[in-house]
Amino acid sequence: MDTLYFLVQQTMFFSIPLLVVALGGMFSERSGVVNIALDGTMIIGAFSSILFINIFQEALPGQPILLLAILIAAATGMIVSLAHAYASVNMKSDQVISGTAINMFAPAFAIYVVRMIRTTQQIPFVNQFRIDSVPILGDIPVLGGLFFKNTYITTYLGFLILVLAWIVLYKTRFGLRLRACGEHPQAADSVGVNVYRMRYAGVLISGALAGLGGLVFVIPTSTNFNATVSGYGFLALAVLIFGQWKPVRVLVAAFFFGLMKTIASAYSGIPFLANLGISSDLYKMIPYIATLIVLAFTSRKSQAPRAEGIPYDKGGR
Amino acid sequence: MKKRSFLQTEGFGSFASSVMAILAGLLVGLIVLLLSNPSQNPSQAFGGFGAILLGAFTDAKNLGQVFYFAAPIIMTGLSVGFANRTGLFNIGAAGQFIMGAYAAVYVGVQWKFLPGATHWIVALIAAALAGALWGSIPGLLKAFCNVNEVIACIMTNYIGMHLVNFLVSETVFDSLRNQSHRPTGSAVLPKAGLDQIFRAGNSPSSVNIGIFIAILAGIAIWIILSRTRFGYELKACGYNREASRYAGINEKRCIVYSMAIAGALSGIGGALLYLSGAGKGIEVLDVLAAEGFNGIPVALLGLSNPIGIIFSGIFVAYLNVGGFNMQLFNFAPQAIEIIIAVIIYFSALALIFRSFLARLTRKNLAHDAVPDVPAEAPDAPPDDSKNTNGEGN
Repeated sequence: MDTLYFLVQQTMFFSIPLLVVALGGMFSERSGVVNIALDGTMIIGAFSSILFINIFQEALPGQPILLLAILIAAATGMIVSLAHAYASVNMKSDQVISGTAINMFAPAFAIYVVRMIRTTQQIPFVNQFRIDSVPILGDIPVLGGLFFKNTYITTYLGFLILVLAWIVLYKTRFGLRLRACGEHPQAADSVGVNVYRMRYAGVLISGALAGLGGLVFVIPTSTNFNATVSGYGFLALAVLIFGQWKPVRVLVAAFFFGLMKTIASAYSGIPFLANLGISSDLYKMIPYIATLIVLAFTSRKSQAPRAEGIPYDKGGR
Repeated sequence: MKKRSFLQTEGFGSFASSVMAILAGLLVGLIVLLLSNPSQNPSQAFGGFGAILLGAFTDAKNLGQVFYFAAPIIMTGLSVGFANRTGLFNIGAAGQFIMGAYAAVYVGVQWKFLPGATHWIVALIAAALAGALWGSIPGLLKAFCNVNEVIACIMTNYIGMHLVNFLVSETVFDSLRNQSHRPTGSAVLPKAGLDQIFRAGNSPSSVNIGIFIAILAGIAIWIILSRTRFGYELKACGYNREASRYAGINEKRCIVYSMAIAGALSGIGGALLYLSGAGKGIEVLDVLAAEGFNGIPVALLGLSNPIGIIFSGIFVAYLNVGGFNMQLFNFAPQAIEIIIAVIIYFSALALIFRSFLARLTRKNLAHDAVPDVPAEAPDAPPDDSKNTNGEGN
């Protein structure tokens, strides 16, 4: 039973950042803007918020500082994505180019700043955010052990974001308009929707969630930030496509990948797998191979938002 | 009249916009250096900036290093750029690069029976095949299972990285240096006297014929794309899959060939880096090959034009060598990557500048009845963003 608890808790650590960032990417892509800059945005969000924690962690107690860091991560992610929105909406440029620029800029900027103000390039922080057991809920048999022990506020935040994302996308006027801009911006414009504003909104939401996702990724898995999120931004992009640009499917995709990743990294704790004597490098390939196999069987009807990646030109209507 | 038509050419437009983007990037770089000046002394910032601009020219060795660093990223740049031209976004260059590198190192270390020059040639071919194999996986998945090539490339990047880690530890691991063995002498790329030309005193640079191989590959890709029927078919598939199928082109085969060729280019890039004889071995780390991702900016700066990519690869390598020299002024070398990122960002905006320029000159010539040359015509990257995440049908 302890093994099961451990597996579920580990899966959360891998899946939640993927979920949050992929949901962010969903808002951008459903509005019609490809956001390949998720990885760079995660790095910037993680960088600014971890630096904040590093400076203020002695002055402030654990959970409040985490909440502030969450806000900072989202805000900086949003600022970075402004650059992407400007290039791809106002300037109608190739959306891959500005995304690549941000991906290149982010780690360089993070390392450069830290190296110029300190001697090393890592930013250490004390992990005082882990919740051993949520009061009351943690005492529920089985469920408590699965979901309410050895956890972080950010885990629940991830689920909250999922619910909000679903509601916003499918149950609000804003969501309908956003989706229209990704499918047929000309039609949306003809009925008075401001396509540029919708696309800005999509990209900015994706920036905020990606920045937040960077922090969510670093907090449970490390005690220092080294200007990388291990390519999770790209994996989130994969999860988004795997999840067919739909919130609930993105959740399934994120957890599928997170579970595979957990098995790959924690196999030595599972007696059956540990006894097989297979190299750890081969285990690490499992999540990626499994994703490819699942995709090969499920991609037949794959359909991206139709106007994705095409700059909207009012004059070309 | 002659001057006007020159201004109107597409070559001038891309050149002008690239120069503008580069100037903007360098300006931002200078501002970054001034702002982050550790000793509050502007002359240090200007010194560092001078090192970026001219550092590679301080001696012949540095110039040789430029060519040494340029060769692999020209190859990965060609890989990304070639796929771009055929409507595919090859973000899997990192995996293809490391697979090629492993194949080359394996042949270089283990196949000692190969005599003389055949050894490095076989190693290069092995690298190309390994890269092609790795590139064709996303190609096959896209062609036959409709799997988005971006996601398949991301997955094959990681699979390739872990597979090479496994293979290196099993077959060619040097436990003393904690990385792969060095290829034997006959597998190392010949220097052809280049290291003696590009040297500082007694210390030769690491340059070798890899730079010639990269330039030849660029020319070959240019010929394939713009002078052969095969290349025309590949480009046609990239522009419009349905239309090319209607025209009798086997579009599934095109996708697989495009990705396989792109993979082979990246694979050769891996071989050029690890057969250079500079003592570099494949390390067993869970980190994707940076050269693979650096291919994307190189391709974008070169506007996906093979010849442009040769120059942009050399330019990026030039800035990087300048960055090493900049450390003398107590600046972190990451300033270079910031500058390159800004240049790329402005190059995205510069495409607008370019069409603006074209429109301006066209207006002036409206009465000339010259068939207009839209700046986006043949050499601009195809509208690949559409295919980045979307599917053709």
